Amino acid sequence: MSSTTEAVLRRQDPGGDRSDPGPDHHPVAGSRMTPGRGGLLRRRRTRLLGLLLLVGLVVVAATLSIAIGSRSIGLGTVWEALTDPGVPTEESVIVRELRVPRTVLGIMVGLALGIAGALAQGHTRNPLGDPGLLGVTAGASLGVVLAIYLLGVGTPAGYVWFAFAGALLGTVLVFTLGSAGRGGATPVTLALAGAALSALFYALVRAILVSDTDSLDAFRFWVVGALSGRGADVAWQVAPFIVVGLLLALVNAPALDLLGLGEDVARGLGQRVWLARLVGLASVTLLCGAATAACGPIAFVGLVVPHVVRAFTGPAHRWLIPCSGLLGAALLLVADVIGRVVVRPGELQVGIVLALIGAPFFIALIRRRRLAGP
Amino acid sequence: MTQLARPATRSGTATAERVRQPGETVVRIGPASGRVRWRHVAVTVGAAVVVVLLGAVSLGRGDFPIGLPDVLRTLVGLGEDTQQFIVLELRAPRIVVGALVGLALGVAGALFQTFARNPLASPDVLGITQGASVGAVAAIVLSGATGGSGVLDGVGVPLAALLGALVTGLLLLVLTWRRGIDGYRLVLVGIALWAMAAALTDWLLTRAEIYQAASAYVWITGSLNARSWDEAVPLLVFLAVLLPAALATSRALGVIQFGDDTARGLGVRLIPTQAAVVLVAVGLTAAAVAAAGPIAYVALVVPQVAVRLTGGPRPPLLASGLLGAALVVGADLLTRTVLPQALPVGVLTAAVGAPYLLWLLVRGRRRSTL
Amino acid sequence: MTLDAATTTLPASGTVRLAAESVSLAYDDRVVVRDLDLQLTDGSFTAIVGPNGCGKSTLLRALGRLLRPTEGRVLLDGRAIARTPTREVARVLGLLPQAPVAPEGLTVGDLVARGRHPHQSWLRQWSRDDEAAVAEALRWTDMADLAERPVDELSGGQRQRAWISMALAQGTDLLLLDEPTTYLDLSHQIDVLELVARLHAERGRTVVVVLHDLNLAARYAQRLVAMDDGALVASGTPEEVLTEQLLADVFDLEARIVPDPVAGTPMVVPVRRLR
Repeated sequence: MSSTTEAVLRRQDPGGDRSDPGPDHHPVAGSRMTPGRGGLLRRRRTRLLGLLLLVGLVVVAATLSIAIGSRSIGLGTVWEALTDPGVPTEESVIVRELRVPRTVLGIMVGLALGIAGALAQGHTRNPLGDPGLLGVTAGASLGVVLAIYLLGVGTPAGYVWFAFAGALLGTVLVFTLGSAGRGGATPVTLALAGAALSALFYALVRAILVSDTDSLDAFRFWVVGALSGRGADVAWQVAPFIVVGLLLALVNAPALDLLGLGEDVARGLGQRVWLARLVGLASVTLLCGAATAACGPIAFVGLVVPHVVRAFTGPAHRWLIPCSGLLGAALLLVADVIGRVVVRPGELQVGIVLALIGAPFFIALIRRRRLAGP
Repeated sequence: MTQLARPATRSGTATAERVRQPGETVVRIGPASGRVRWRHVAVTVGAAVVVVLLGAVSLGRGDFPIGLPDVLRTLVGLGEDTQQFIVLELRAPRIVVGALVGLALGVAGALFQTFARNPLASPDVLGITQGASVGAVAAIVLSGATGGSGVLDGVGVPLAALLGALVTGLLLLVLTWRRGIDGYRLVLVGIALWAMAAALTDWLLTRAEIYQAASAYVWITGSLNARSWDEAVPLLVFLAVLLPAALATSRALGVIQFGDDTARGLGVRLIPTQAAVVLVAVGLTAAAVAAAGPIAYVALVVPQVAVRLTGGPRPPLLASGLLGAALVVGADLLTRTVLPQALPVGVLTAAVGAPYLLWLLVRGRRRSTL
Repeated sequence: MTLDAATTTLPASGTVRLAAESVSLAYDDRVVVRDLDLQLTDGSFTAIVGPNGCGKSTLLRALGRLLRPTEGRVLLDGRAIARTPTREVARVLGLLPQAPVAPEGLTVGDLVARGRHPHQSWLRQWSRDDEAAVAEALRWTDMADLAERPVDELSGGQRQRAWISMALAQGTDLLLLDEPTTYLDLSHQIDVLELVARLHAERGRTVVVVLHDLNLAARYAQRLVAMDDGALVASGTPEEVLTEQLLADVFDLEARIVPDPVAGTPMVVPVRRLR
């Protein structure tokens, strides 16, 4: 984190480093002090353990997600429904037709959002690099509203393509405008371009919604962000994009680690910076666009998850990216399950549960320690 | 370098050198002294003139156009009754509310952005206006619909919005506080509060009857429709207190920008100043939002425009406020005249302000901080 | 090697301006400095040296009332600094943090003018004194020609000069500088230290500076204060403090001390690191 490329949303605090550190001291967090030999081994073990734990967490969350709902289904029955292709009972239909697709979609969207968050924070070197700030959400919202208003589209499966197109348009515009100034793209110009473009898109969204009640009626249920009502068809529609996005993210990880040392150092080590940025941007757009297309805007996964994961993986993106994906998936599933339980027989949409749980957690995290930047 | 300076009045000491930057004049009257930057003055006065002009045009325009002579007659109490009513009771309060709301939001945005050293730190992003939205939408949705047995019956929408904004603002202050306020922590906590409030608003909207949702949606977009002196007068009182308070923090703000250590080294009482800045900014936002709803992006965009126009190191407070007023009054004029159907003013402020900021970004020189 | 700074009589053996009395300093619960005493006399030029993480910047922050001691107190002109209004302190004591940040777009002239903050009020924002002090500070640091340039466009050496100029404009008797030579090349390090030395010699400023470079510290400061692990281990003239024994004890360094061929002050020639 050199002072020149220091992310700007992080306040540059001249007195922040108060323990009289020498130049060799890493200025971010105590937990990141150069570990000795034993420390390195310990960290590797922590990471592996963390990764396994996260996989276990996803499995447990997925099981809960299949078993719990407005109608609870015993684990034995779930197992039967999944393995026995025999006569469909009411419960096996619920499991196979509703709960399993919903859970699979939840895993995909959680993976996508967690990883997109880690990438966005890494590329903007900004701990607030939430994809939502970069025009994705606003673009998707505009796409959906236009689809509803102009074409009368009215189902989640119908929204997908419009949301996706809007998200693409939003991100590309933000990056183009953000890097159009004389100095090229800086975290601030990107953030401002994102904010300004979002403002413009939302202005159009609002102009439509305040004049057309029917559009508002459809849009208000989309914008909360939910897994409910999305069938296997939605999952199939977005799956290819998420898969490609995941692959690009994994390819991008080593380059991001180099970029973390500053663009100049990365160049010196033989990294083609523009290529790395392009791959990262493409991945964020695909992942976040697809997730938003499938479920509507879901805040906070991309923002919070990488911060939590960084606590045990450290800044290495090779670990950070997969772990963020897994935690994102687990978090999304758990939030979805909670949403099904708290207001039975109704449901609280997953986007709302996430914000209401995620935000206090995030605040606690901020207060507990100085957040390590990406 | 001294071409614009006034003739020197030598004070006699050997070290009486002078530093004059181009485009500034030193003014000293008795014990008072200050430097006048002409570019600041030009932007500030220019914005004020624009506000007045837009307001004057606004008085005459709308569904019933009234000529300037008639407008002037009504202002001195000589107009016809209908015109008198339209100008003084319908349009004037609406314009005054718009100007004051823009003023408050512009100043609040400049305060937050300077304090947090972050161009995104505006009341919109920090959750304060969203908090107001929760209050207002709750008041709309949880009352009336259920046949008068609502939880929030009797609490008016403006009051609920004011409470929502103040509660969120205080939460922001309390949750950020840890031996003073760190600007970076302020932004992070603010974003979290924003997300929570946004989720609550969205959820409330899904719970509402559609006609309630529609009226709530107009409110959270920010609208000047049907604003009367009942909104204008309290707002005026709030601003009469908060605006001088904001301007009083201006000098300290200029030093706080250098970082906590330097600021304290220069004798700024850091913690009281920080608390004052945040409280004043929250108060300004709450007052504005209670009167007209969270008119979008004024607080975010206007200070950034102002700092680029004046060319200083930080958003100027008064100029930001006046530009905010110009934006809101101008946008309202547009909604009432040019557009085929009356949209809430919040749609226009975003649609006008955002491209302007984008344009400034694209042609402006690289800035990596405020 | 004496621990009692007051007994080390230096040229200006005047009154004590700034003193730490059995001060302990901590960040949260991590104690950085323990029970430390230090006295700084009027017109002295003191350099605080020590290995990385020994607490020297922390001590400087406490001397500049940026950090409140957990125990003990800091006295400025005999008054507890914590009880003195911060504005009053700012008229007597100026400080320059390590690697300070200026907002982008701020000109050198504006930066230096901000140094007048403790002397200004809401009404009196730019008095003749302010103007004269700023002009003189700019001239003194050779920054007058650069007054209209944005600080962020300056080179590292110029930038540091601009900040020193700001501290100078503040017009304080005491000046605390935290590693003012960080990130500067050798010639700019010399440049900055010459400037500080002139401030001391010609303007009679009492200067305390945290420095990494022992040879430069020995050359410019009249008095060295060596710290190790949060404690003061040596204090006195450079000749008294810079001994081969001290370098071994404090820096784990085997070294020879030879007279600086230019200034005659002690010069450290490292041999190898001791384990």
